Amino acid sequence: MNNHLHLPWLELSIACPIVAAIICWRLKNECTVRSVALVACLLTLALTLGEWFDFNTLGTFSAQDSNSVVFLLFGAEYFVINELTAPLLSKVSLLFGLTIFATMRSKAGRFSVVNALLAEAIILAILSCSSTMLLCLLLAFSTVLPWYEMRLRGRDTSVFSLCMSLHLGLMLAGTLLLWLGHDSPLLSNLAVCLMALSAMLRAGIFPGHFWIVDLFEKCTFGTAILFVAPMTGAYFVLRLVLPVVPVWALHGIAVLSLSTALYAAAMALVQIEARRFFAYLFISQSSLVLAGLEIANPIGMTGALCIWLEIGWSLGGLALTLRAVEARIGRISLEQYNGLFDQMPHLGSLFLFTGLASIGFPGGLSFVGMELLVEGTVEVYPLVGTIIVLATAINGVALLRAYFRIFTGTRHIATVSIAARPAERIVAITLSLLILVVGIWPNAAIRSRYHAAESLLRIRQESGIDQTAESSPPLSSSRLNELEKEKGH
Amino acid sequence: MMMHVCALLVVAAPAALALNMGLSLLFGYRLSERRLALTTQVAVSLSAIAATTLLINMLMTDQVQYTLDLGHWVDLPVEHFHFTLKFLFDRLSIPFVILSLLLCGVISAFANRYLHRDEGYTRFFLFFVIFLLGMVVTSVAGTIETMFLGWELVGLSSALLVAFFHNRVNPVANGLRVWTIYRFADGAFLFAALVLHHLTGGGDLNLMMGSQPWPESGCDIGSTHALIAGLLLLVAAAGKSALIPFSGWLPRAMEGPTPSSAIFYGALSVHLGAYLLLRVGPMLEQSPTLQWTIIALGGITAIYAALVGRVQTDVKSALAFASLLQVSIIVMEIGFGLRYVALIHIIGHASMRSLQLLRAPSLLRDHRRLEDNIGYSERIKLASRPDAAPTRLRIWRYRFAMERGYLDTILDEWIAAPFLKIFRTFDRLERQLVMCLSVGNRKQAAKHVSETDEMEAP
Repeated sequence: MNNHLHLPWLELSIACPIVAAIICWRLKNECTVRSVALVACLLTLALTLGEWFDFNTLGTFSAQDSNSVVFLLFGAEYFVINELTAPLLSKVSLLFGLTIFATMRSKAGRFSVVNALLAEAIILAILSCSSTMLLCLLLAFSTVLPWYEMRLRGRDTSVFSLCMSLHLGLMLAGTLLLWLGHDSPLLSNLAVCLMALSAMLRAGIFPGHFWIVDLFEKCTFGTAILFVAPMTGAYFVLRLVLPVVPVWALHGIAVLSLSTALYAAAMALVQIEARRFFAYLFISQSSLVLAGLEIANPIGMTGALCIWLEIGWSLGGLALTLRAVEARIGRISLEQYNGLFDQMPHLGSLFLFTGLASIGFPGGLSFVGMELLVEGTVEVYPLVGTIIVLATAINGVALLRAYFRIFTGTRHIATVSIAARPAERIVAITLSLLILVVGIWPNAAIRSRYHAAESLLRIRQESGIDQTAESSPPLSSSRLNELEKEKGH
Repeated sequence: MMMHVCALLVVAAPAALALNMGLSLLFGYRLSERRLALTTQVAVSLSAIAATTLLINMLMTDQVQYTLDLGHWVDLPVEHFHFTLKFLFDRLSIPFVILSLLLCGVISAFANRYLHRDEGYTRFFLFFVIFLLGMVVTSVAGTIETMFLGWELVGLSSALLVAFFHNRVNPVANGLRVWTIYRFADGAFLFAALVLHHLTGGGDLNLMMGSQPWPESGCDIGSTHALIAGLLLLVAAAGKSALIPFSGWLPRAMEGPTPSSAIFYGALSVHLGAYLLLRVGPMLEQSPTLQWTIIALGGITAIYAALVGRVQTDVKSALAFASLLQVSIIVMEIGFGLRYVALIHIIGHASMRSLQLLRAPSLLRDHRRLEDNIGYSERIKLASRPDAAPTRLRIWRYRFAMERGYLDTILDEWIAAPFLKIFRTFDRLERQLVMCLSVGNRKQAAKHVSETDEMEAP
């Protein structure tokens, strides 16, 4: 079966924001910079959508670029698209585009468009990368941009530097040990442990979660969202940890992830600052995704992948709403009622809608995703599954509390209009429609995520790490053919 | 074919209304009051006519149940995971859905005048339509997952309706309280759904409750499993119907506008827990322990509501506790297996209480008119028997009733406060940890201390 795309979509989608970043860097006029960045984001979105559709026509699990420049230069293919990453690439490019589009002109000095475009290229490269070493390198590069911004703003970078250095050090050590000691069980086990620790740190699993909260406090909201929302930590787990870690260790990490989800949900409930509230809500939801991935059964994994897809839009939308409110009234305190609904009803509605969609309320893909996740978890640990329900319930309470604190109370008096601008309304409409359409017709998305989950588990089985295969039965050759046919159909 | 169209219309009309209203608001298209009221009335009428036609058809053809199967909404055949959109029209759901639609129609007509030119008119109707959709979906749900979908919509719209007057803090705080209880009750519902899914291999309510149509029993679930699933469903029902220990939110819900109070704790929402228990009635009979638990919970709540209701000083609170008393009796009836009695009780009570609540704002006017008509009287003397209880008991009883059984205090001080205290401590510790790790912050702090010392030095 042909596994080459019809065009070099992947390389083009990565090159487009890089070229735009270089052009923007040379330009002086802020309006022109913004226009160039928006055109580049739109083009990148079109390219990622193109590669997704092209990939779907091939009917394979993964595909590479045709006429690849990287292959011509280095003699090896470094970028691939597969069932897992195909929608994620479009999701990431959409999120970057909307963030840049919704940025107020008055905030152009704080939020660097050049950095955002570079970050987009790096994230797209991470999600497309097939080489382990290059992936590690890109993960390291991705941490530089927020660090640089914090330095520029004169904010303390110690916590971020410490955690990311530890993450990168563990990742490097793990990769090297895995490469060097594949014959020695001791070294292999050590490597696996190091990789798992590194992944947990990057994904914000307790107790290594506080750097995310710190990042949100010290970076601009836009940069922080764009750094965490693509969930590169979860991708790291899928690419580097899932294929090599034995099932008992995966389940251990899953339990830890579930505990983090519950802890972060409870922490979100007691926050008195909107940014910290969002950071904990994000940690809680992303931990649920990670838990589902590590449960390593098709149902739980499908649920996790659905939530992953959904929270990109929904938590992205929630963050953009908070950012828009902050741009008008400064840092938002949750200690008092701010009474903003009458002034900005669109933003209030978007906050509620995206927030509810992210916690698995009817209307979004997470509703079914959460059911799948609970079902998958209960299959492995019947009682631990209750944690998901509890965490989701607390997240719901925290979300409505934040909504009430920000948008209700004695009416906020403003001398000028602080209602949503047309750009913000367009973002609201885009995200809401996206959430609604996928939420009302979720079957296609869920089937696609299920195929991705099955393929990932197949890779894991083929690697022979899970000899007992207690969580998922081995797939027979006829079943594999069936899957391919189903996918082709 | 006709039955299919009617059944589809029952669900599709409120769904189309909700979608239309949501999209109009999303695109910034402002619907006029007249258009809002008209579209709501049309959708409710269409749905009600369809439901009545379906009922007449079923009576004429001697059919006791009709299932509308819209196929799998989500389907993973290899994993045997199906989320089926199935709606069940039987001797339980049809009366309940007709009742819901009639009361929603009456209340939307009332709200159209009551909230005329109110700045929250559109917002009220948006929440109201979500509530209507949730009620219809829950009433006619044929699978436990579909029922959960409607259940969640009812919960959200109820909480937002309680917080309708959002420029005041009290309604908002009460809305959050209602939401908090609903969220935990919804969690229990989700778990019960999963347990039932595992026990019966699917979420179909028909399969779960046996092959016989409601109310005949034919459930195959074992006693222990029925007890576990039933207890979880009882928690969900207790949350929604304000049974003990969740009764505290009921009088707080009166902060919403009168029309929302009428649909919320007067008529429909408060009966939804009892409806859930009625729907799973055949399963409840599998476990005598479960039945006695339901009877006991209903009995205790009834005594509580009767005691507390006697000392309420405002009409809406008094009506709220009167509602609770009737709902607890309905729950007891369900526990005793008197399903038709419970269904008739729900219909009668919901209709009567809606009328009382809708008349509540003009109660004084009505009273004066009554006095005018019968001629002026100094005071209507109520016959009362002397209380034979000892004084200390009477005082204790009075305080207990005034404090609404200390239920809110117990939940606040024993559960919420320790929980929040623990996590606030964690939050403080995390902040301190970050502060310790932040070299720049420590330098700044040291610089600040040295500057302060220099300033303070003579």
